[in-house]
Amino acid sequence: MSEASAHVVHHGPPTSFIRKHVFSLDHKVIGKQYYALALVAVFTGMVLSWIMRIHLVWPNAPIPLLGLLSKVGAPGGIVTPEYYLSLMTMHGTLMVFFVLTNAPFAAFGNYFLPIQIGAEDMAFPRFNMMSFWTTFIAFCILVAAFFVPDGPPLSGWTAYAPLSAIGKDTGPGEGLGQTLWALSIFVFCIASLLGSLNFIATTLDLRTKGMTLARMPIVSWAWFITSCIALLAFAVLLPACLLLILDRAAGTSFFIPSGLNVSDHLQPHQGGSPLLWQHLFWFFGHPEVYIAILPAIGIVSHILICNMRKPMLSHKTIIYCMMGIGFLSYMVWGHHMFLSGMNPFSALVFSFPTLMITIPATIMTLIWLGSLYGSNLRINSASLFSIGFISMFVSGGVSGFFLAQPSIDIYLHATYFVVGHFHMVMGVAAIMGVFAGTYFWFPKMTGRMMSETLGKWHFFFTLIGTYAIFMPFHYLGLAGNVRRYSAFTDDFLVPLIPVHKFITYAALFTGAAQLIFIFNLIYSRFKGAPAPDNPWECTSLEWSTPSSPPPFDNFGGQHLVVYHDPHQYGVKSSTGDYLMQTSPERAGETP
Amino acid sequence: MSGKLFAVVVILIALASAVPIVTHTFMGATVAPPPDISTHGAEIDKQMDETMIEAGLSFLAAQIVLGIFVWGAAGAKGKLKNFPGGAKYLILAAILLVGAEAIALGAIGSKAWAKVYFQPASADALPIQVQAGQFAFYFRYAGPDGKFGALHPEKIDEGNSNFFGLDPENDIPARDDIQSGELVVPVNKEIHLMMHAKDVGHSFYVRELRIQQDFVPGLDLSLHFTATKIGKYEIVCTQLCGLGHYNMKAYINVMSQDDFNAWLKSQSNT
Amino acid sequence: MATTLQPPQTEAERQPRSHSGTGSGGGFHGSVPDRRSLPAVKDSSGEPTRTGIWVGLSAIAMMFAALTSALYVREGAATDWHHIVLPPILWFNTLALIASSIALEVARRRIAAFMRGQEGNRSVPMLWLQITMLLGLVFVVGQYLAWLNLRSQGLYLPTNPNSSFFYVFTGVHVLHVLGGLGGLTRVMLKFHSTTNPLRRSTLDATSYYWHFMGMLWIYLLFVLWMKL
Repeated sequence: MSEASAHVVHHGPPTSFIRKHVFSLDHKVIGKQYYALALVAVFTGMVLSWIMRIHLVWPNAPIPLLGLLSKVGAPGGIVTPEYYLSLMTMHGTLMVFFVLTNAPFAAFGNYFLPIQIGAEDMAFPRFNMMSFWTTFIAFCILVAAFFVPDGPPLSGWTAYAPLSAIGKDTGPGEGLGQTLWALSIFVFCIASLLGSLNFIATTLDLRTKGMTLARMPIVSWAWFITSCIALLAFAVLLPACLLLILDRAAGTSFFIPSGLNVSDHLQPHQGGSPLLWQHLFWFFGHPEVYIAILPAIGIVSHILICNMRKPMLSHKTIIYCMMGIGFLSYMVWGHHMFLSGMNPFSALVFSFPTLMITIPATIMTLIWLGSLYGSNLRINSASLFSIGFISMFVSGGVSGFFLAQPSIDIYLHATYFVVGHFHMVMGVAAIMGVFAGTYFWFPKMTGRMMSETLGKWHFFFTLIGTYAIFMPFHYLGLAGNVRRYSAFTDDFLVPLIPVHKFITYAALFTGAAQLIFIFNLIYSRFKGAPAPDNPWECTSLEWSTPSSPPPFDNFGGQHLVVYHDPHQYGVKSSTGDYLMQTSPERAGETP
Repeated sequence: MSGKLFAVVVILIALASAVPIVTHTFMGATVAPPPDISTHGAEIDKQMDETMIEAGLSFLAAQIVLGIFVWGAAGAKGKLKNFPGGAKYLILAAILLVGAEAIALGAIGSKAWAKVYFQPASADALPIQVQAGQFAFYFRYAGPDGKFGALHPEKIDEGNSNFFGLDPENDIPARDDIQSGELVVPVNKEIHLMMHAKDVGHSFYVRELRIQQDFVPGLDLSLHFTATKIGKYEIVCTQLCGLGHYNMKAYINVMSQDDFNAWLKSQSNT
Repeated sequence: MATTLQPPQTEAERQPRSHSGTGSGGGFHGSVPDRRSLPAVKDSSGEPTRTGIWVGLSAIAMMFAALTSALYVREGAATDWHHIVLPPILWFNTLALIASSIALEVARRRIAAFMRGQEGNRSVPMLWLQITMLLGLVFVVGQYLAWLNLRSQGLYLPTNPNSSFFYVFTGVHVLHVLGGLGGLTRVMLKFHSTTNPLRRSTLDATSYYWHFMGMLWIYLLFVLWMKL
């Protein structure tokens, strides 16, 4: 592929309000729209988790306003067992799809990938606009499930068949809400495929002169690799949702076997395979978790390089590790199905690459640590969240070591150990990456600085709070605490309730701490200190834009020429200890 | 300042996290697996302990190193230093350490797995059928004729205690089948559990026996185990099956062979 | 929006060559517009569209791979696999689709000839594009007739797994063919237009997509014939 820009002028500057802020072709606006959607989704998902946590430890406490949302699900504000599961399902769905796939990838990637490679916009701006609005439609369909008479689905974000496939007979929560869920995810897949298409074509074809693939920042590589993974993964979830909808609505039997007696109704379906759903879902589902984490890995690497004032020990290694993880991610899906009834021999087959994925993850971690050594690390909110990411990624990663072994999974499967593992390594770590990216790129996106003081409070409260929530999940798992329970009535679970109380307090505390962030975000947008064009003295192209926020075509008509990789830190130059990628200067000796 | 604070906080968190692992208690509750009462569980427990040591040490080492390095680097302004040897030793260390650990744990762990799953139940294991349905487990013994009657899902009638949909009128082997809401087994005898799902997916989990297995509608799955200690232990459902999932449980009642025989006889007489 | 009919300046003409920086790749190789192209076609950047179509086709291929594996797993899951007789019209539809691909290739060559000035007017290339579309429509109608044939045998979507997969495979494919017809329509409109002329890359991408639909159909027909 040529390294030169395909000089494409896609569209002139927008003039009408609608074109500027609503149906915009500008990747920057689209990126902000994705971010806003992710904010709404994460706030909703977080509130759902508060309700869940409160219900688990104070089951008889009425939750204010909830009775208004659902008279059936929460009469008098007291959550019924089925509604708990519905809230849990929506929590997972919102968080995995609309937050973790949207924020680090679609939001920041859309905004910064074209700029970082020196392009004026994405390769296909109209597809880009469509992909956001299609995501929005998917979001609306999902949220609609809250308002249908049967309520939202309760089969978890994993929607295992036949619970999810049969329909109303399986109980409350499995009526229209489940069909809406499947439809929403179906639409989301299409949106995601359009987005990935854009990322890949843009990265391959729209790099400006001098911007070889090797000179792209690590975070651009992360977005590129993620979009390749996403392209193939969402292409599998799409037909799976189609088949699920057909089983529910058209009487087919892809996932529903014969002879089922559900609530005294004999089901007419014949011969389907519940395991088929699991295979299709997890073939998507495992790459999905790497789709969630790789952009965050890229973001924090990018931020750390800038703030350490020194390159990583080896950038190529990090990039190869990300590729390795992406490749291996397609070989491990069966580790979600060790006990599912599939051939036990395949459990060992899946276990091996699962353990092997630890290698690139460990290499990256050691490179981060080794790069921190001897660096001049500037401490700010962005770099704090980046090193917080490393801590959380390690913590969440080591619990994976247990779950990767089928014999240990016999005990730990479907316990809170699993829930702790994925929340730490995927949920919290990725969110820390999003926070880091926000604090880092806010000056470029708005022309103002966020408050560093508030950012630091936000960071420490979040770091301590999330550890306080999710570390105890592992202890619960070791005790055999089963997951997806709406109440703890079993003999061995009642003694664990004090642990759950601790977690609930931690969750409410950590949730409250996020208000600091929201306040900072909104306040700084309007009253933050004006930001210089390159407040962090960072070398990559987004800091070469003539203004903050960048003009509609990113570089004001200039066609940048790139002379360096983005890792020219710790060098002598006229700008200080770094060289912008666009600077034709040669690097001096290291000072 | 914040950098050094981070270093301290992260090391404290790591150490604090390790405490409940070592002491097995948190908030006054016991947070460890219950004592193992199975013949295959010892290997699983050993596997878990070894993994805990390796994972625990890696965890502590990484967090402490992170803290130390950040303490040194935060706010530093002097000459930049490179980690001795650069990236290559780190890469090598990761590959060797993790690779070796992974292969060792994988290889050793496969034995424990094989013991549970690769070998079928022995020929003289006691066959018991378990049916999982929303939201209860029911168990069935073959009765004196040693044969199980056929299942007819359309004949299931919980109101009349026909949980399995048996047809004793037309199906002779079904006539002496014994249904039970409790899994009663003799101690030190291998049990062959035949698993059947009535409606949706469920799962069978007994912590003390170190067994867990999903019920898959449409599939005949089985599990075998030998309980080594008399007592009552909880069986809980671990696969989300609907609103009653949290409450779906039964007891496994391990008794002496004599007591078991007596129990079985009493069930046949009713 | 650049509406000039002249090819835009290349990068080489506009900017100085890069210095050999740290580890830069080979020399500059710009997106030189096709010197053969004439006013009706502007070719400022062919690359993203071509890359885009390959990326899109990969996703579509992956989706059908998932459906194929679903078919195999479902077949093995139970003993209710009842072979169905494929409606004979499918073979005719296949011929129509292959013929439409051939027509499209003729159209492309005619358009290229028109671009080189060897062809007088637009009507011959346009005719071949229309033939392509017509054959595509014949395929779509033919598929619908195949469905009617199955229904007359009492085989509906939920009847048995074989019929389910037949409808799903053919239905999903025909939806994508309809999308291809939309693309062809766009090509025809642009070819006619002077304000929004056809780009080589658009024509190429649409053609690749259309040919892929044909090849995909042959693959699907093979799977249906072998398994159903």
